[in-house]
Amino acid sequence: MRAWQSLTCEWTRLLRCFAPRNDNLCQDKAINMESVFTRTPTLKDHPTHYCPGCGHGIIHRLIAEVIDELGIHGRTIGIAPVGCAVLAYDYLDVDMVEVAHGRAPAVATGMKRTNPDKIIFSYQGDGDLAAIGTGEIIHAAHRGEQITVIFINNAVFGMTGGQMAPTTILGQVTATTQKGRDAAREGYPLQVSEMLALLPGAIYIERCSVSNPAQIRRAKKAIKHAFQLQVDGAQGLSLVELLSPCPTYWRMTPAKAMEWIENEMTKVFPLGCLKDAANNK
Amino acid sequence: MATRFLQQTRRNKLSEDVNVSERLLMCGNEALAESAILAGCDAYFGYPITPQNEIPAYMSRRMPEEGRVFLQCESELAAINMVFGASATGKRAMTSSSSPGISLMQEGISYLSGAELPAVVVNVMRGGPGLGNIAPSQGDYSQATRGGGHGDYRTIVFGPSSVQELVDCMQLAFDLADQYRMTVVVLADGILGQMMEPIVFEKKPGRKLPPKDWALTGAKGRPQNIVRSLWLAEGALEELNYKLQAKYEQVQKNEVLCEQYFLADAEIVVVAYGIAARIVRGAVTKAREKGIKAGWIRPITLWPFPTEQISKAADEFRIFLVVEMSLGQMVEDVKLAIAGKAPVLFYGRPGGGFPTVDEILDKIRQLTISKKK
Repeated sequence: MRAWQSLTCEWTRLLRCFAPRNDNLCQDKAINMESVFTRTPTLKDHPTHYCPGCGHGIIHRLIAEVIDELGIHGRTIGIAPVGCAVLAYDYLDVDMVEVAHGRAPAVATGMKRTNPDKIIFSYQGDGDLAAIGTGEIIHAAHRGEQITVIFINNAVFGMTGGQMAPTTILGQVTATTQKGRDAAREGYPLQVSEMLALLPGAIYIERCSVSNPAQIRRAKKAIKHAFQLQVDGAQGLSLVELLSPCPTYWRMTPAKAMEWIENEMTKVFPLGCLKDAANNK
Repeated sequence: MATRFLQQTRRNKLSEDVNVSERLLMCGNEALAESAILAGCDAYFGYPITPQNEIPAYMSRRMPEEGRVFLQCESELAAINMVFGASATGKRAMTSSSSPGISLMQEGISYLSGAELPAVVVNVMRGGPGLGNIAPSQGDYSQATRGGGHGDYRTIVFGPSSVQELVDCMQLAFDLADQYRMTVVVLADGILGQMMEPIVFEKKPGRKLPPKDWALTGAKGRPQNIVRSLWLAEGALEELNYKLQAKYEQVQKNEVLCEQYFLADAEIVVVAYGIAARIVRGAVTKAREKGIKAGWIRPITLWPFPTEQISKAADEFRIFLVVEMSLGQMVEDVKLAIAGKAPVLFYGRPGGGFPTVDEILDKIRQLTISKKK
């Protein structure tokens, strides 16, 4: 009985998303509720395959909300990476393409140059962007391609089983640094945002995290700014780096993973706006 | 002198009512570039590499004149991926390179093929392997006709043997790419790219092509389009491969191009393509003058390969001599086509070397003598 009631409730809430407010929709006064938070249309109602506590789910939602708030759904094309988010097109309801590992900024360049009126964004992990794709991102930024790049930094290669990423921090244990990352052997973690901020063609670079609600709100603002710049026709590349949890390969609980971002990752990858040419930063 | 010819080209832009240009003297690289523009190429992405640098230079000037996209990018790896991006949005896109750069593009070509995106790739072949040299070669035949990258796929491959043929096959390349949603590789070489020959540009009626309703143009008023090559569900990728195979069978049935000369009574048949075929023409002509019954088959599409024509030619007892500027790559396809019906011999010059008319004539003579024995 309770199960049936909760199902009716769910249906009512869903109807309220798309219908004007009407108390007659729900006859039972005990469950007469106002909808205050709904799934945004660009986020598909499709269960994700992500691990419990993964940051991709949060970030997909932020991107979908931004696309809907800016009203650009009909002209946005997204590029999915090789990584855990390879199936992003199952979750984001925009035209999407799946490309070779790391090549997204080059594909984005081909798309944007031939379709300047479309909003092109790439969604890339730290393997995609900071390992195999370093050439492509640097040159896209260097040329000032008018695209938006969402860079997910979780300090590890998730999809392939938790190997070291260029962003793995010193001492971090991974599948290929089983005694912990050692600077002498494996080098230092790569600070992509700092590197790209040096290039004149990169006009907006900000690093955020999704480790708590305040940070998530900051992250959404940054993502929105990065898309808005493209909508405004700003001459240059925008990149938002997001510190995101990987509880599975950090071998932590989701809650501990969020703490680890705040206590450890931000020491190596400080949060903040590194560059915002539009606002003279 | 070059400027005058280029000015002529601009005057003869076939965007108005003119269907055939006057005869122009152009080098292969620039002629193929202009032909691509005529074919409606929307975007050219490329990186410098000898011996095809005239192509990006020419495109850098002409594409903006036509309001199209030109970009010199950071590598061949980037170039093929920019082609991928433009093609995914429904545009006609191309790139060009030479052998070592084409190796870098193999990943991209595999992805283009898996995602069923149209593309045109020009390979002005040079000596290899490795850095090789900048002399002409035909050492990339296997790479082009066997797919080159990972997975079960094919690309349509042209082996033109004159600048006019290069111009003509560029027009066809874009149509075939769109019709079949495939990558079309045009194999030129260092000689063909550099040599100047008189040509005409002709506006030919294009093929009737299917609409690009799969293209990524923004999901306004329709469900999202997805361009992908990853198919994880059980059996899904196998299904895609069978779909590709069915498509390739259509191409093999409909698109073979091949020419044959002096075949009727030929006892020695020389098989060659591209610039090697030009040299072979000289040798066969001279052989005939000396009363040697030599003939010659010239594949123009290297994939689909003219298997039927060559097989038929082997029904008469003949000796086949395959001539290539390599250690022997097309010779394998000739042997497969002939299936043991006749002897197949090979003569080649690899690593940037190319045979002379007399060298080939000598080989033909030797075969005549051995046949008599």
